[in-house]
Amino acid sequence: MHEMALAEGVREIVDEAARSGGARRVAAVRVEIGRLAQVEVEALRFAFEVVKRGSLADSARLEIVEREGSAWCMRCCEPVVIAGCGEPCPKCAHYQLQVTGGDRMRVLEIEIE
Amino acid sequence: MCMTCGCGHDDAHVEGVPDPAHDDADGHAHDRAHEHVHDHAHGVDDLGWHTHADGTRHRHAHAHEHPHEHEHAHEDPGADLHFGHGPAGSAAPGMSQSRMVRVERDILAANDAIAERNREGFEKRGIFALNLVSSPGSGKTTLLVRTIERLTGLVPVAVIEGDQQTSFDAERIRATGAPALQINTGKGCHLDAAMIKTALGRLAPPDASVLMIENVGNLVCPAGFDLGEAHKVVVLSVTEGEDKPLKYPDMFHAASLMLLNKVDLLPHLSFDVERCIANARQVHPAIEVIEISATSGEGMSEWLAWIERGARAARAPRLAGERPRLQATRLDVRDHVKEVRS
Repeated sequence: MHEMALAEGVREIVDEAARSGGARRVAAVRVEIGRLAQVEVEALRFAFEVVKRGSLADSARLEIVEREGSAWCMRCCEPVVIAGCGEPCPKCAHYQLQVTGGDRMRVLEIEIE
Repeated sequence: MCMTCGCGHDDAHVEGVPDPAHDDADGHAHDRAHEHVHDHAHGVDDLGWHTHADGTRHRHAHAHEHPHEHEHAHEDPGADLHFGHGPAGSAAPGMSQSRMVRVERDILAANDAIAERNREGFEKRGIFALNLVSSPGSGKTTLLVRTIERLTGLVPVAVIEGDQQTSFDAERIRATGAPALQINTGKGCHLDAAMIKTALGRLAPPDASVLMIENVGNLVCPAGFDLGEAHKVVVLSVTEGEDKPLKYPDMFHAASLMLLNKVDLLPHLSFDVERCIANARQVHPAIEVIEISATSGEGMSEWLAWIERGARAARAPRLAGERPRLQATRLDVRDHVKEVRS
């Protein structure tokens, strides 16, 4: 349930950005979640519904943009897209992979009123 | 950084000049122009380079608040963080253009910033910090107690214990003579960097020591939270099943070393050691593995040697910093000897 801690992180970032933007309320929050970012998207949605109460984002809708995981395959010597940690290279089916992207979570933007 | 889709590339970005198309694994091209608008303080040098409040540097071919249009493909967002740039000029379905505010902040940025400060503190003081993670009941604390006993007299050890409730573990550690501090996370499922920062203020581990942070027993959540440690060490006991690395890949991916614990019990189990190691390497090809038993002592020397190597390396920058001073002293002595001889 570390999604609760992540949701609190989202709320803090959103509140700060909304205040500095002079907002009365936040209408929408857009978050990017990498497929390798160790987060369960549905759990994050649930947690955000809980933590947003009483904040400027009280009635905000959460939009989640998923980003695919990318890795460098040491056998193919090229970048590949992977579905998750422990998944093989889609080209050579081996596991000699170094994750290069899709392992982060960011608040991209907010819509304020 | 394109706010319409969240894609982007590194933060070197020359405005007014269309970015070249980048090579890109998952790239997509924009089929229409979009705008970037941002404000910045003055203080632009001759070439137009300037630094934003968040430390990002870039330059404009010409001055100030101006939209520009280009057509390009982007690469991964990399590490650039922009915030507080005010209304963005990009368009996105369902969002009103005038009221959209760019944020682009990493959700873990607050934790990571504190972790980085913890790490700098460890480096400055030559402390080798390890974050021990495992499921509950893997034998972490017993292993830790045996490890501290064996390290006594070789290197000072301090311990931070994380559990939801009770200070049983810290008491077990303190019984060895090593300083230990218990963190109770309450409902929390993991330690975070701020908890460690607070604990460090109280525990004050000595310079050039080994700091063991025993995380909450949980193979999921602690994987995502950097505490500032040099390495995560995952403890897996042979009573748990060899498929754990595949079931909890994030943790095994985040760890540098896997301690395969309780190997003294192998004769009584059907645990396949080779398969377990293969599973761990499937998730993390470079993971190191030590087969160990806190009870029989098997593998302890290898584990202690691993710690001592790390502790030595952690102390090395301090020694490197002292090297010029030592050299200067040697030269002084040489001059002095010359003087005496003459």
